[in-house]
Amino acid sequence: MTVPPADDAAKKELPPPSYRSLAAPVATPVDKFALLPAFLKVRGLVKEHIDSFNYFTTRGIRNIVEANNRIEARNDPSIYLRYTNVYVGTPSVQVDYKIENITPHFCRLTDRTYSAPIRVDIEYTVGKQHEPQHKKNVLIGYLPIMLRSYACVLHGRDEAELARQGECPLDPGGYFIVKGTEKVILIQEQLSKNRIIIDTDSKGRVIASVTSSTHEIKSKTVITMDKEKIYLQLNQFTKPIPIIVVMKAMGMESDQEVVQMVGRDPRYGDLLFPSIQECASERIYTQQQALQYMDEKVTYPGAGNQKEGRSKSILRDVFIAHVPVKNGNFRQKCIYTGVMLRRMMDAILNADTFDDKDYVGNKRLELSGQLISLLFEDLFKTMNSQAVELMNKNSDKTRSSPSDFSQLIKHEAITSGLERAISTGNWDIKRFRMHRKGVSQVLSRLSYMASLGYMTRITPQFEKTRKTSGPRALQPSQWGMLCPCDTPEGEACGLTKNLALLTHVTTDQEEGPLMNLCKSLGVEDLTLLSGEEIHAPGSFLVMFNGLILGKHRQPQTFANAMRELRRSGKIGEFVSIFVNEKQHCIHIASDGGRVCRPLIIADKGISRVKECHMKELRDGIRSFDDFLRDGLIEYLDVNEENNALIALYEHVDQDDVERSSITHIEIEPLSILGVVSGLIPYPHHNQSPRNTYQCAMGKQAMGNIAYNQLFRADSLLYLLVYAQRPLLTTKTIELVGYDKLGAGQNATVAVMGYSGYDIEDAIVMNKSSLDRGFGRCIAMKKYTVMKENYGDGVSDRIAKPQRDKDGVLLRQNMRALDEDGIAAPGQIIRNHDVYVNKQSPKIVDRRGAGALLKDMDYKDSLAIYKGVDGETTVVDRVMLCSDTNEKLSIKCIIRHTRRPEVGDKFSSRHGQKGVCGTIVQQEDFPFSERGICPDLIMNPHGFPSRMTIGKMIELIGGKAGLSCGRFHYGSAFGEPSGNADKVEDISNTLIKHGFSYNGKDFLYSGILGHPLEAYIFMGPIYYQKLKHMVLDKMHARASGPRVLLTRQPTEGRSRDGGLRLGEMERDCLIAYGASMLIFERLLLSSDPYQVQVCRKCGLLGYYNYKLKTSYCSMCKNGENMAKMRLPYACKLLFQELQAMNVVPRLKLTEG
Amino acid sequence: MPKKGTKSKKAVDDVPDQQENKLPDYLELQRTRVVCNADAPIHTQGFQYSGAFAAMGVDNSVSVEKFCKNFKIDIKRLTEDDMEFDMIGVDASIANAFRRILIAEVPTMAIEKIFMADNTSVIADEVLSHRLGLIPLDADPRLFDYISENDVPNERNTIVFKLHVSCEKGSQRITVKSGELEWLPEGSQLSMASPAQSGDKQKTFTSFSQSQKEILEKPLGVKFKDITIARLGPGQAIELEAHAVKGVGKVHAKWSPVATAWYRMLPEVVILEQIEGEEAEELVKKCPVNVFDIEDLGNGGKRAVVAKPRACTLCRECVMGPCGEKIQLRRVRDHFIYTIESTGALPPEVLFTEAVKILEEKCERVISELS
Ligand code: SF4
Repeated sequence: MTVPPADDAAKKELPPPSYRSLAAPVATPVDKFALLPAFLKVRGLVKEHIDSFNYFTTRGIRNIVEANNRIEARNDPSIYLRYTNVYVGTPSVQVDYKIENITPHFCRLTDRTYSAPIRVDIEYTVGKQHEPQHKKNVLIGYLPIMLRSYACVLHGRDEAELARQGECPLDPGGYFIVKGTEKVILIQEQLSKNRIIIDTDSKGRVIASVTSSTHEIKSKTVITMDKEKIYLQLNQFTKPIPIIVVMKAMGMESDQEVVQMVGRDPRYGDLLFPSIQECASERIYTQQQALQYMDEKVTYPGAGNQKEGRSKSILRDVFIAHVPVKNGNFRQKCIYTGVMLRRMMDAILNADTFDDKDYVGNKRLELSGQLISLLFEDLFKTMNSQAVELMNKNSDKTRSSPSDFSQLIKHEAITSGLERAISTGNWDIKRFRMHRKGVSQVLSRLSYMASLGYMTRITPQFEKTRKTSGPRALQPSQWGMLCPCDTPEGEACGLTKNLALLTHVTTDQEEGPLMNLCKSLGVEDLTLLSGEEIHAPGSFLVMFNGLILGKHRQPQTFANAMRELRRSGKIGEFVSIFVNEKQHCIHIASDGGRVCRPLIIADKGISRVKECHMKELRDGIRSFDDFLRDGLIEYLDVNEENNALIALYEHVDQDDVERSSITHIEIEPLSILGVVSGLIPYPHHNQSPRNTYQCAMGKQAMGNIAYNQLFRADSLLYLLVYAQRPLLTTKTIELVGYDKLGAGQNATVAVMGYSGYDIEDAIVMNKSSLDRGFGRCIAMKKYTVMKENYGDGVSDRIAKPQRDKDGVLLRQNMRALDEDGIAAPGQIIRNHDVYVNKQSPKIVDRRGAGALLKDMDYKDSLAIYKGVDGETTVVDRVMLCSDTNEKLSIKCIIRHTRRPEVGDKFSSRHGQKGVCGTIVQQEDFPFSERGICPDLIMNPHGFPSRMTIGKMIELIGGKAGLSCGRFHYGSAFGEPSGNADKVEDISNTLIKHGFSYNGKDFLYSGILGHPLEAYIFMGPIYYQKLKHMVLDKMHARASGPRVLLTRQPTEGRSRDGGLRLGEMERDCLIAYGASMLIFERLLLSSDPYQVQVCRKCGLLGYYNYKLKTSYCSMCKNGENMAKMRLPYACKLLFQELQAMNVVPRLKLTEG
Repeated sequence: MPKKGTKSKKAVDDVPDQQENKLPDYLELQRTRVVCNADAPIHTQGFQYSGAFAAMGVDNSVSVEKFCKNFKIDIKRLTEDDMEFDMIGVDASIANAFRRILIAEVPTMAIEKIFMADNTSVIADEVLSHRLGLIPLDADPRLFDYISENDVPNERNTIVFKLHVSCEKGSQRITVKSGELEWLPEGSQLSMASPAQSGDKQKTFTSFSQSQKEILEKPLGVKFKDITIARLGPGQAIELEAHAVKGVGKVHAKWSPVATAWYRMLPEVVILEQIEGEEAEELVKKCPVNVFDIEDLGNGGKRAVVAKPRACTLCRECVMGPCGEKIQLRRVRDHFIYTIESTGALPPEVLFTEAVKILEEKCERVISELS
């Protein structure tokens, strides 16, 4: 390959090396940006979910069925059923024995599950002769289908077709629709399986642990170093077993062999010596003795294979379970244990070889496909075992004709099992003792960003309660894979993460061919080698998905050869080859759940992607996949990144980085951020927590949710009336479509103090702007009424609104009703109005009555709208549909258009939230020399402590954008590549259009008319209206409802409750000595109650209204009664105590 | 011809004449100019107190004679819907009063009530109504009365418009423009759905005693016919009646007769020290609105002069950098460049006279209250 002339020129005149020039591109940089949209076009925004689910429907489900493809009757194996094929059909629903194809939107509106039948071809025996029969297309269950996956009707549709299906083309898919609600299976983070992790435990001991996972079993093997001796810890043993005993039990009887297996370095021998000594002191020299010793330590000695000894089977099946034992040959396990020991000792000798559990390369992400396949496998097996069970029962009962299996396959189990798991989020898999909650969550449709954010979210493996800081900290290995900004605040901070823009999560790849390939590339099989040879200096162990495959004498050559094969497409693009110099290992991984990202390959620092390639891409001749296929771009996972030197841009030699050592070049620096943080302009100029706050707030912003937002039936929907596209955009915004579904408005902001109603981040708003539609929003709420069926033809009914003979409504609150008894769309509906005039039969159980119900047999069970008094709300839509139980459900969507009011929450895109402090007339607002009046005024004190420089740049950038008529960009780290406008250029534009370079204008006071004594920083900033609105929160009560039991005021706004005077408030009053106030608050305003107390026995009596005397039922007289007041809760307590045989007595004294 | 920028104060024609006793230059500057320094403007408020300079024998009071002598209005530009004029010789508070009245208190007609008969478009009823309300109407508000809550809508206080558009099934999407609002001079056509008095003449939502055509000289309508109200897809329709009433901008911005009205003080750019040669050229290039010009001094010498100070947008470029010291940006405190952008109901000059009338009324009210 020749060096392009441009580079020559660059080399000749070396610029002085500086810190800045690390990011400085070479003379003619290739505009690589176009790769990003190309990537997203091919893969979509939520490619990992869809890929994973596709893998399940195409391969995973097949593997599962194949692995369990034969079931047979227990007492007669010749009666069998064999699954010969399995496939997932198109989404459909069975209505009255008719199969109808369904679309996702239909399911959303009618509360159905968007699922497709799983069908199998079977071979089974019938009759006495057990003749094999074949049957095709047997239904074994319905599988909820992920939107936009292969099985989905939306797959590969263009915009017009999607529109016809009622879908929003910008909706990314990747979620399920179960019973009408959209559910996402969140990405689950896990520690990687089948890998050795060297760590220290809580007591500071060095441990090597492996979590093995095979199809049959999951086990955890831990080897600890305790007081210089090394032990094996396994749940199956009551006590730790000395590791030498284990080695002996596996047939490695000679100590020398063990030492050789670990390595010949005398330091290893020294560390191993105490363990060998311990073993010797136990007088264990042979395999027999070792096994015997271990047998005594087995947790449940009764069970298991008695013949060969319990411990041997544990060693074979549980101990590092993923390492196979072929024909009772434990050698592989011995080698594996040897490697574990060696790594432990390395760690002891050299502390920096410890593994980091938080290192992203040691993590695996479990996606919906894997989770569903776990569930499906479990359900499938259950279904089969149930069939076997039934068969056995049948054949026990009727010896005559054994029924055939095809009758016994019941599809309900899988259907309901899958549906239940996804709709509740509880993943219970008995085989692996897995009980996880909250795996799936309702997809938030609060804003477009919120739903995108859900799709990229990763839920943590640990409990959130742990106070540890380690897993919460930002890991350097997250670079480019996980978004550094997007994490929630509070308990899940740092644990819940989000994928970055370009991240891809791998799916499983077949292992067999890869293993063979490795062998043919010179990997030597270990079974032929002695311990001595294994650890020969210069040769590296080759680990394949955690298994030891063999060793290689020329590791670098091998790795290069493998990589070359990958680049040329001979092996899967997601196979990672990682040379670990420290551990003398080559790790080859093809397992699923690794995070990786695409990078441009560079040969000695020269990008393989050239301008000609980019031109082809722009012309549409080349797609992203072509770049992969031609070996211009490759995917690197976190581990392999360690072998690479990745430059941001092509550049010449630097003081510390030589150009020739660069192996890869980033596609775009902005891709280290995720989707949600990508909409922040100039995030790299902000203080980092501000970006994190914005990530949380961007999800609460009102705006447009989807193109089909007005046809959706969400239970709560907030829409902005005039949503705009941000004036200061980023490339990410364009990539994800936020410019089409914006959630905010460009407000002209003046940064100044005004009126004193702007302290503590409050903002002052211009009334005329609000009049003209700024911040106006629509809240739509869904109210569902079910028309119940009670059987026997008895059901609720919807009655006409009752009118008198003149046609005047009998009840005013029925004015919103149409003649059919359901609110009419477009009608204004107010608090306490009826929206469905439903009546229920008085007597539900009318068995045998038969006769038709008359009017008088019904009682009103009206659906009454509870709104805010004085607000005008409108019935938007009424939808009627029958649900899965054939019941009529009436959905009324009620719309409320609101204009901003004092107390509504607003925020810019820089984590600067504030409530509206006051609304001021336009004439009182300051105005500029050009007659521009700001829409809102923000207090400058918001800046110094927040350090949101990005917001300032957004302001001047927006202002420049307005004056020159071009959208300005503020992509993260985009200045060198031209994806963000530089402040200098912005300032020049401002000057050109007669503004001050710093964005400060000369303003006149609107109240007094004279100029303000400062130049005011003024310009447009994109403001978001957040969902928190005063109207939904304001609450006050004088007196109102009380709880039945205690007669105290109810709690909470929804029940019109009182405001609690709690302990701390009470303490204040006590300290202040306000005794009368305490008395009033705690008794008079709460639950005062008059009781009759017997002065003699101290118990409560009662007042006899007939005799007009009080009476003590204990003393059987009314002589010593006294009246007193106490809280009703107190009286209740006395009575409850009495019920428990405790006598509370009141001792009264004269007051 | 603008005067050449020389050292010290430049004479501006409209500086009010002094008494015999003159103020010292620096005070005179403070009194009559706002100085816009690079960091912040100073002397923004001026001297309000009449006796501020009494000790120096200078009278700072406001008097009618002085006002009459100095006050001047100079119209620079006048079109159908906007105008620019200079208002010279008043205090900022008075100029501002006119601005405030123009924005908030000069009445216009605007759609206030919508009777929605049918709306199957994607736009919600409330939003559609809001949009209709903001459409500027071509109706002289002086010909109408205010309507109060108990008033019956009649031809003197209500204008009725009808909007009835539908998009045929199978046709293209259509855009509903404001021009499709149809004026109903006879009043509402919708009958009240109140069956209380059956047999009566159809009762509508207005009670016009005569057609508005008879009392108005020209037909009413909307000012701009191309404002998008809504878009209709095939099969959708809008049918509604809109009632416009008189109101003021204080209540809702839709009644504001101006898009905006504002003023700026007359810029004055003063070159304090001669700027010559390279520096002069630099300065000329710096100013984005070409305030400066080059004057040839002969024998190749060049000097910067202020050519069009009025154009200065106060970007402060000229006062930054090396020669910044030599330039002072000022604003003349009693010279206002006033701009009124009318929304169309009344021409801008009429709006201004209306504003003056309103201020007059207010003054009269104060006087009558006081006496
Ligand atoms: S402030 Fe700006 S516009 Fe005004 S004269 Fe100076 S450079 Fe020109």
